[in-house]
Amino acid sequence: MKRFIPFLLLLLGLALIGRSLLPPRNPAKFDVIGFSRLPVLMNGRIKPMDTVARTSLLVLCNNVSNDPANNDAARSHRIATPDDRLLTPNEWFLDLVFDGAKADTYQVIVIDNPDVLSLFHLQAEEGLGKRRFSFLQIRKYLPELERQAQLAEPVDSQARNAFQRSVVQLQSNVILYLRLKESLVASDSADFLGDLMDFQKILPAGVEAVRAKEAKKTYDEAAARQLLDYGERFDHMGQLGYILAVAPAAGESDANGWRNAGTALMETFQTGAVNPHVMAYAGLAHTWRADRPDEFNEIIRLYRAELEKGFPAALAKCDAEMRYNNVKPFTTAKMLYVVALFAALFSWLYWPREFGRGAFSLVALAWLLTTAGILTRMWLEGRPPVTNLYSASLFVGWVAVAFCLGLEYLYRNGIGSAAAGLIGFSTLLIASYLELGGDTLEMMRAVLDSNFWLSTHVLTVVAGYGATYLAGFLALIYIVRGVFTKSLDKATADTLARMVYGIVCFATLFSLIGTILGGIWADQSWGRFWGWDPKENGALIIVIWNAIILHARWGGLVKQRGLMCLAVFGNIVTSWSFFGVNLLGVGLHNYGFVEATFWWLLAFVASQLVFIAIANLPLAKWRSFRA
Amino acid sequence: MNDTVRQFRDFFVSLRLTVVLLALSMILVFAATLDQVNLGIWAVQEKYFHSLFVLWRIPGTAIPLPVFPGGYLIGGFLLVNLISAHVYRFKLTWRKSGIFLTHAGLILLLIGELLTGLWQEEFQLRLKEGETKSYAESYRYNELAIINTTDPKFDDVVAIPDQLLADQTPIQHPHLPFRVMTKEYYPNADLRMRASTGDNPSLATAGLGPQITVTPLPLTYKQDERNWPAAFVELVGPEGSLGTWLVSPQLPAPQAFEYGGHSWRIGMRAQRAYKPFSLQLEKFSHDVYVGTDIPKNFSSRLHLQTADGRDDREVLIYMNNPLRYAGLTFYQASYDGEHTTILQVVRNPSWRLPYISCAMVALGLIVQFGIHLIGFIGKRRAATA
Repeated sequence: MKRFIPFLLLLLGLALIGRSLLPPRNPAKFDVIGFSRLPVLMNGRIKPMDTVARTSLLVLCNNVSNDPANNDAARSHRIATPDDRLLTPNEWFLDLVFDGAKADTYQVIVIDNPDVLSLFHLQAEEGLGKRRFSFLQIRKYLPELERQAQLAEPVDSQARNAFQRSVVQLQSNVILYLRLKESLVASDSADFLGDLMDFQKILPAGVEAVRAKEAKKTYDEAAARQLLDYGERFDHMGQLGYILAVAPAAGESDANGWRNAGTALMETFQTGAVNPHVMAYAGLAHTWRADRPDEFNEIIRLYRAELEKGFPAALAKCDAEMRYNNVKPFTTAKMLYVVALFAALFSWLYWPREFGRGAFSLVALAWLLTTAGILTRMWLEGRPPVTNLYSASLFVGWVAVAFCLGLEYLYRNGIGSAAAGLIGFSTLLIASYLELGGDTLEMMRAVLDSNFWLSTHVLTVVAGYGATYLAGFLALIYIVRGVFTKSLDKATADTLARMVYGIVCFATLFSLIGTILGGIWADQSWGRFWGWDPKENGALIIVIWNAIILHARWGGLVKQRGLMCLAVFGNIVTSWSFFGVNLLGVGLHNYGFVEATFWWLLAFVASQLVFIAIANLPLAKWRSFRA
Repeated sequence: MNDTVRQFRDFFVSLRLTVVLLALSMILVFAATLDQVNLGIWAVQEKYFHSLFVLWRIPGTAIPLPVFPGGYLIGGFLLVNLISAHVYRFKLTWRKSGIFLTHAGLILLLIGELLTGLWQEEFQLRLKEGETKSYAESYRYNELAIINTTDPKFDDVVAIPDQLLADQTPIQHPHLPFRVMTKEYYPNADLRMRASTGDNPSLATAGLGPQITVTPLPLTYKQDERNWPAAFVELVGPEGSLGTWLVSPQLPAPQAFEYGGHSWRIGMRAQRAYKPFSLQLEKFSHDVYVGTDIPKNFSSRLHLQTADGRDDREVLIYMNNPLRYAGLTFYQASYDGEHTTILQVVRNPSWRLPYISCAMVALGLIVQFGIHLIGFIGKRRAATA
């Protein structure tokens, strides 16, 4: 029986991955998937509707400072409607952009702050999960929200209190909501397709009337009025619309050619014909609202065929990104890491060979999966793997687990797998919170726009972070096993000490070289090698700490337990550099303020200090090493 | 060798000293980083890194107490420790070569930073499209410029660093037929048009000064703000006072006056450094990603020309691609509106040292850990075989 364990664990891993790879299916008769693959331009990048829908929903439903339990509920990716249907993000999005009045009744907008709630004369109980409200519920008091936001905005973003922060955040979410609604069709129109037909029909007479008016001749007042009304509405749409869904003429590669429906409609006054892309979206809106799936699907097919002529590459990328969004490789990998962690822990108690092998194969699977995920992101973005805090978190885990695989391959004692499970899971968990900020495939600000430095300095520094964490986590394993179990014998303890030492060597190598490379980049772009910027200082502190560990060991100032304590403190140092300096709000390197991070950071630091204290218990209190 | 000398030597070559110094430097960097929120990046550098001791003033008094070793002290000790340990333990073997190379690289890095701190000069060059300049301006220091414009062929400029104004020392210069007396100097001030005559009368008696009120402001340390000094300067000739002028870089142009048959201008401006060449901005471009405000690229197309005409060419400066010319480096630093570029101009003769030390450190660490790793794997093989 027990010899099947590695095989069973491997099978479980493969099954989890296999399940995630199943192609997505349409929830009903409408070709929602076909719609979700359509390319649009938003935030400087061509992406599928699917990404727009998911990230918008994440931003509206969550903001990073909220408690994790609620976030997970929202992350189940289903939106409950008042008539008790459950919508996928794409179905919700279709309602939002095509059937605004209906979407306004869905409770998707998060309001957590009780003072902000009272601006809207709302009780928490009236919200879904006591925190999500529909646009309809808040619409009446939006002018007051705007006034409060205007009061709060002049305050330095670091100095804002909880109320001001919530108000500003909510105002920006409301604006996002309104702009999304106005992107494809006019949200207040009952039948936008009909409007466009009508507009096309009156256009020649209307233009003539307006010309005559300008020439001060007699003119058809009604026709001119009608045309100008349309113009005003389209102009309004053009100014608000957020999604640039109208592609440039086929073959034009300049991204500046993408525009929203309103802007494209304004061009009608020059061209004389309504843009066919806008027509297609109006047709989709019409059939979506009229519940005519066959025609909806036919429009999708035709529109896609039309795009295929001009933008085959963009379509292929959007298809891939949509699939990537559905596969969620990092979510699956997170589960695999947990299972691997437990298998490795079991291996120290029963059947070390079998559980050890099973854990190793699960870690390897999870690592391959994250590798595939990171490679996909790199291909989609055309960038080296680390471009923001989110991708840095992924990469830290990837590097650390790569080291773990090496350690496990050498030692085969479950320690590498356990550390891999722990770090892999934690980094992916942190990444999944960072994801709540919006689309993680961001454009790079001008100064960061250098693939050469992103792939040398950033990768080495982040690899240094990963190695420092790994040394710390290995030390945690040493302490926990030594104090709380009898499983840490002399040989294992020595092995762990060698592992920690080796990893600290790597950590020093990467963090020192990475930091100096960073200085050289700064010299290239700002004209100074070192500016004592907080982010630079953070990296420097990690280098110094690793150097301290090495020199303390070489000088015989610390023995095995001392080495472990120093390595655990390395976790604190790295976390401060990684997340803490962002909380300071000064310097050129800032990624942005993440408030909840502060408390998590504090809790983490406290926990590490507790471990260091435990490690300093007299050996007589340890369960291992007792004579 | 007697005991004292041996103890002394043992102290300086010990790894214990290294660890203590590293720990001190870590605390210093950490504290300095936190203090940036209060002091800003420049003041922090002066207080923590470019100092022997971190001083703390007893509240309510001006008495400074050294509370922690500063950057120069720790850095100096580290340098001595590093060098003496290597001299003392130096053996040319493969096993030690990596460590030796790494530390030599670090020594070079420390020395490079020291030299940078001593030699580096930073200026700004602000150009509108079409404008030509042959000088760069400091963004931290200002000067009082008194210009004799009598001869139409050239200007005779006397520039007085604002530090001298701050000290309020009377200044006599051979090119000036009058003395310059500073009546009042504000390191940072707000200038407004005088609303009514009801306010306190201005110290100024000539030029624009009497129409302007000056409100002193506390010094700002924010990175995106600058200090705007202002001063009341009295010019005193042999026959008595010529008047008191208000000067500030915030005033748009120097103020003109006549004295002793000459035409003069007086004004405070950013300190200038003249160069033997000129740069003309032909085009400044500022691209953002479509549908966002995220900057994609800034670039300045310039025309570079030397006085002797040896260099006469176009150059393009953009993010991560500076121009290195005549010992200076020009970086795309910022912009002001659609048509004005702001370049950072840096002279740093030791800019190459970090590149060399990076290569040395990388090579050293790779050799060192490589030797370890190969030895370790060899042992594992032997053990498992």
